[in-house]
Amino acid sequence: MNAIETHHLSHCYGAVQALRDVTLSIPQGELFGVIGADGAGKSTLFRILTTLLIPDEGRVTLNGLDAVRDYRAIRRIVGYMPGRFSLYGDLTVEENLQFFASVFGTSLSQNRRLIEDIYVQIEPFRRRRAAQLSGGMKQKLALCCALIHAPSVLILDEPTTGVDPVSRREFWQILQRLRQQGITIVASTPYMDEARRCDRIAFLREGVILYTDTPQGIVDHFGEPLYAITADPMHALLDAVRCFPGVLRCYAFGESHHFTLAADRIDALRTHLEAQGYHHLQLQPIQPTIEDCYLKLSQS
Amino acid sequence: MTPLALDIRNLTKRFGSFTAVDHLTFQVARGEIFGFLGANGAGKSTAIRILCGLSRPTEGEGLVAGYNLRTQAEQIKRSIGYMSQRFSLYEDLKVWENIRLFAGIYGVPHREIAPRTDALLDELHFTAERNTLVRALPLGWKQKLAFSVALFHRPQIVFLDEPTGGVDPVTRRQFWEMIYQAADRGVTLFVTTHYMDEAEYCDRVSIMVDGRIEALDTPARLKAQFAATSMDDVFQALARHATRTDSF
Repeated sequence: MNAIETHHLSHCYGAVQALRDVTLSIPQGELFGVIGADGAGKSTLFRILTTLLIPDEGRVTLNGLDAVRDYRAIRRIVGYMPGRFSLYGDLTVEENLQFFASVFGTSLSQNRRLIEDIYVQIEPFRRRRAAQLSGGMKQKLALCCALIHAPSVLILDEPTTGVDPVSRREFWQILQRLRQQGITIVASTPYMDEARRCDRIAFLREGVILYTDTPQGIVDHFGEPLYAITADPMHALLDAVRCFPGVLRCYAFGESHHFTLAADRIDALRTHLEAQGYHHLQLQPIQPTIEDCYLKLSQS
Repeated sequence: MTPLALDIRNLTKRFGSFTAVDHLTFQVARGEIFGFLGANGAGKSTAIRILCGLSRPTEGEGLVAGYNLRTQAEQIKRSIGYMSQRFSLYEDLKVWENIRLFAGIYGVPHREIAPRTDALLDELHFTAERNTLVRALPLGWKQKLAFSVALFHRPQIVFLDEPTGGVDPVTRRQFWEMIYQAADRGVTLFVTTHYMDEAEYCDRVSIMVDGRIEALDTPARLKAQFAATSMDDVFQALARHATRTDSF
């Protein structure tokens, strides 16, 4: 049985169609990533999965339970981290955990083993008010609060936004361990290096799932010749490449710019740029990353 | 010689026995895109508050836009722009009202505000959104508008504190192209980010660990120095050993 199934979900806010005919199957124990721009419908989908929002159309089941009829039972098996910091800022770390545990009829001492390896990292600050924690610590506390009632499904809405690169890496190592314990995890993220760590990724745009595949599958389907280029000056180079006939797109990508152009046009581009006065030109074919695929899908 | 936008020496801030910012010394040239990186808790925010004239250093000195950090905080505030993810625009005000408000606060002459607002909205292709409440704008638009508002009084330096937090790859790139345009016009950009690919877009980058600047150079030289293939590897190598990571 799949942990999560949605059938033809649609939802509107007034005239805005937030979700359109979303059908998904997520097997138990999968780490499933959702990517898409702000307003693509990620949070709406997550609110429906957590029974906080009833969709206009369609049906959701979690572990076979119906999201409308069995919402009480579902809330007991789902842990949810909303996009915005959702804890009580005036309560301490420990008080927040005790509160969330008591809501689910358990206690911190009873279920501490579930969160042990995360909680030890924030325990030195257990008497600090949640509002006074740093970004990474807040997210670790929020994850502890989402796990304290032993859920079998975790729904995480951009859990690492505002978190530094070291803490982000730790956070995803924690998610990998939870997945190994059999917990099904659905997470959205604006970081494509995190999306790469998921078993499968769904790309959402304007309420529609455009694409669902494994990270490798997404990269394998890129299907266009991709190049990296560097030259002086870099800023102007962006527009110079974009203006060259046949270039589909060109964008900054870390230390170089990436662009798509037919292989038999590359020498002409090089000659053209050198004639325009670009120095230290370096140009080579590269393999696409998830982020290249995201940029392609966003513009298709 | 290029005039300096920031010239900072031994900048230190203590809170009781805790040294949040520990003897920072660095210079930033005019028109430079300077990446100010560090883990949560490394002391970046405290340093930025001092550089913006909002807090006084315990020790050290410096010039920001040519003004003394200790004695000319008001002149500094008028010469800089500031944008952060947490605070930039008023959600309950319309687009034009936000521009008008911040232009007034920063002392843009009254008769210039209307024509410059028109020009800005035109440049951003926002003219149709003039009367839209900021709350109703998509995140990417809000960020572009916030950046434009921070630039509206033509400051010498703009501080961008995690301007692209939580933004998708397409919108982040659009935002960075605005940063490039501002830099090409001679504005100095002082940027914090947790996206290490964005560190590559900076002319130079500093990395703070436990209140100190542990590395400062161009991205290319930092990668060479740490024998790393990406800025993420450089950051991980330095920040992994932080004792204060995430504790503040």
